[in-house]
Amino acid sequence: MNLKSIKEIFRYPTVIAGSIIIAILIGIAVYAVISIPYDKAITLWRGSEADWYKNPKNAGPVWYNWFRKDKLPETIDLISDSETVTREVKDAGDGRVIIFTMPITYDYDGFPDDMALYFKSTYEEKPPFIGLSWIGPDGEETRLNNFEIKNRFTYRLDQDRKITRKLGGRVASVGLFANPKDKDSKTPIHGDYKLKIEAVTFDKSSDLTAEWVIYGKLAGWAGTDHLRRDLGIALLWGTPIALAFGLLAAVGTSLTQMIIAAFSAWFGGWVDTLLQRITEINLVLPFLPILIMIGTFYSRSIFVILSAVILLSLFGQGVKTFRAVLLQVKESAYIEAARSYGASSGRIIFSYMIPRLIPLLIPQFIVLIPSYVFLEASLAILGLGDPTLPTWGKIIQDAESQGALYQGWYYWVLEPSVLLMITGLAFSVIGYALDRVFNPRLRGQ
Amino acid sequence: MAEITSPLSAPAGQELKSKKASDSTLARVARYTGIRLITLVITVVIGLYLTILIANMGGYVDTIRRAQIREDVNARIAGNPAYRGLSIEARQKVVQDEIQSKVSALGLDRPFIVRSFNFLADAITLNLGRAFHMASNSGANQVRLIILERLPPTLLLFGVSDIILFFAALFFALGLSRRYGSFFDKLSVGLTPLSSAPGWFYGIFLILLFASIWKVLPFGGMVDSPPPPSTVGYILSLAKHMILPVMAYTLSQIFLSIFTWRTFFLIYSSEDYVEMAKAKGLPDNDIQNKYILRPTLPTIITSFALLMIYTWVGAPIFETIFNWPGLGRALYQAVGLFDTPVIIGETVIFSYLLAITVFLLDFVYALVDPRVKIGGEGGKV
Repeated sequence: MNLKSIKEIFRYPTVIAGSIIIAILIGIAVYAVISIPYDKAITLWRGSEADWYKNPKNAGPVWYNWFRKDKLPETIDLISDSETVTREVKDAGDGRVIIFTMPITYDYDGFPDDMALYFKSTYEEKPPFIGLSWIGPDGEETRLNNFEIKNRFTYRLDQDRKITRKLGGRVASVGLFANPKDKDSKTPIHGDYKLKIEAVTFDKSSDLTAEWVIYGKLAGWAGTDHLRRDLGIALLWGTPIALAFGLLAAVGTSLTQMIIAAFSAWFGGWVDTLLQRITEINLVLPFLPILIMIGTFYSRSIFVILSAVILLSLFGQGVKTFRAVLLQVKESAYIEAARSYGASSGRIIFSYMIPRLIPLLIPQFIVLIPSYVFLEASLAILGLGDPTLPTWGKIIQDAESQGALYQGWYYWVLEPSVLLMITGLAFSVIGYALDRVFNPRLRGQ
Repeated sequence: MAEITSPLSAPAGQELKSKKASDSTLARVARYTGIRLITLVITVVIGLYLTILIANMGGYVDTIRRAQIREDVNARIAGNPAYRGLSIEARQKVVQDEIQSKVSALGLDRPFIVRSFNFLADAITLNLGRAFHMASNSGANQVRLIILERLPPTLLLFGVSDIILFFAALFFALGLSRRYGSFFDKLSVGLTPLSSAPGWFYGIFLILLFASIWKVLPFGGMVDSPPPPSTVGYILSLAKHMILPVMAYTLSQIFLSIFTWRTFFLIYSSEDYVEMAKAKGLPDNDIQNKYILRPTLPTIITSFALLMIYTWVGAPIFETIFNWPGLGRALYQAVGLFDTPVIIGETVIFSYLLAITVFLLDFVYALVDPRVKIGGEGGKV
């Protein structure tokens, strides 16, 4: 535990890589907490329709396109107030005729996932009535459907059977972009498309706005889940939660185990016997089932689970390991010296014995961090994660319950798993290297 | 938890005394095992009592008992023609009286200290009443039957995995300890951090590769559906379904085990008696088997016992990922259904499994530890 040994640690390339990864993870954690406030992250993760309606379901991350020749579509979102949309208004009788022409350029090599129109209308008595038509790249106009717009209205083109029938059995987001003459075409025709919304209102003050969302197959840097939520939120926010949980649990268990071991070794006699018997009882207590029981019966709050983890680990195996070392330390001459000048038990334990454990403790402590990070993920996968927090384990749980591996939504499982893996590896690589440097028991063989 | 098992915790520098009392070996092993068994029984009882205390912190066990009594009494009185003529109020009164007498007969109105011992007795015999929602394949909803039905698949999966892991790790550890500092030795040390991830985690990757992308192995489950009619077909189907779980389990544990055990071997192979044996010119195989493997085995068994306890406890999630119809997945299902009796029963059976594991390995320990055989101080797990 001096400058020399610290220098020695950094001779291991894996330790340098591990430290860089941990630094990056801490950076991500700080960025997540600053850029998305806690309350906002939780509301976003609750996943209300209003927050996420612009995202497609189960869309892959946008960087998929970097590795693909045929580019998959990203979401196109067009509001009737935007500059590219033309708006014509004509008076007609008591009301008006409002015509929106919404142009898009479609040059992706895959069909959109879905299409929806979100209308908002204001009127006095009779709601506006609209007609939709579609203008393809060849300029040919197709009438789609007519309907009434009451206050707020969501129209999903793919669910309209009338359009599907008109397009020969293909849903709108496929049929409208495909070659109309080729029923089996697998790729959309590139070019400029227009959606024309002709609205007839029945009083002069009546008005409407429309938002056209063409859902892509890719969205965000992390993709989306079955509730249209951006996985990026949970991946970002999962970082501080995972690190904090791992760190707090590791600190809590290591420190308490160390103190118990010190008491056991120093006082000996019945204290030692009692503490060792408790360690043996602790060994047959099923750790995860009891945590599951606590999570199911009492509370899933991360703090309750954290406290339970520390309490159940108080008499873990660390106590035995530390005690074995301390029993040797206890016989050292300097402890004898301390005893002879009349040092109190507390002073001997905390000032002379525990410091000797540090070289053993630090590697063990660092190796413990990932095991608690994985424990938190395990609990989340069993459905016992904190109900409000977005965590990596929760993403895996959602993915598992939606059958992501069967459906081929690999990004959904892989992104949190890879983060868990590199976090685990970074800490344990450093831990094992530290162990080799601090406890060079095999050197010189 | 994946802890670094420091060799300092291992009894370093054992002395192999000459065998002088081989006639009483059996008696010594039996006595050692007997003492360990009694200690373990006491340990398990205390452990179960703690579990009961945790489970009943919010009065959950009481609620189960009362609900069950109410159900029983209602069913019996509704089915009894003698009460059919009574008015609703009168029948209610009969039901209430009946419940009251049952409650006091079972001691549910007694102070918690007294009741907790009743619960303890029930837990020890797995007499936990009926599940709320779950049922065994035969349709019974007794917690004991549900749990006993799920036990064999779990024992099969973890038993096979543990045996494969033990012998594979022993083989590699012994081999690498003889080639200390070679490329493969360094490689295995470098791979040790892979053990920081639990088995289920590797399970996800293996399912992704073998089931999802290459489509060569099943996603999960224990046998094909419908199960093959012939015994051979059944066993083959079972083996096919076990490949991925066993692989995931082994992958997550083997590198740390090899590293730790190799270190034990290295420590023991630098003992003076090994140098002595080498100086005497004994064959390498003899030195390895009699002078290195033999004294290291107790330490290795202790380390393996801890590993098995760690993985037993991980069964709920491991079996859930592989859809393996064992105890662990039953616990996962029970959590989903909030099936309190099953959750408590599962916790109890896992305590038993841990205790039995400790006991069996203790027994093996007694068989291989020379100190037990020649009557020195007893080893401990």
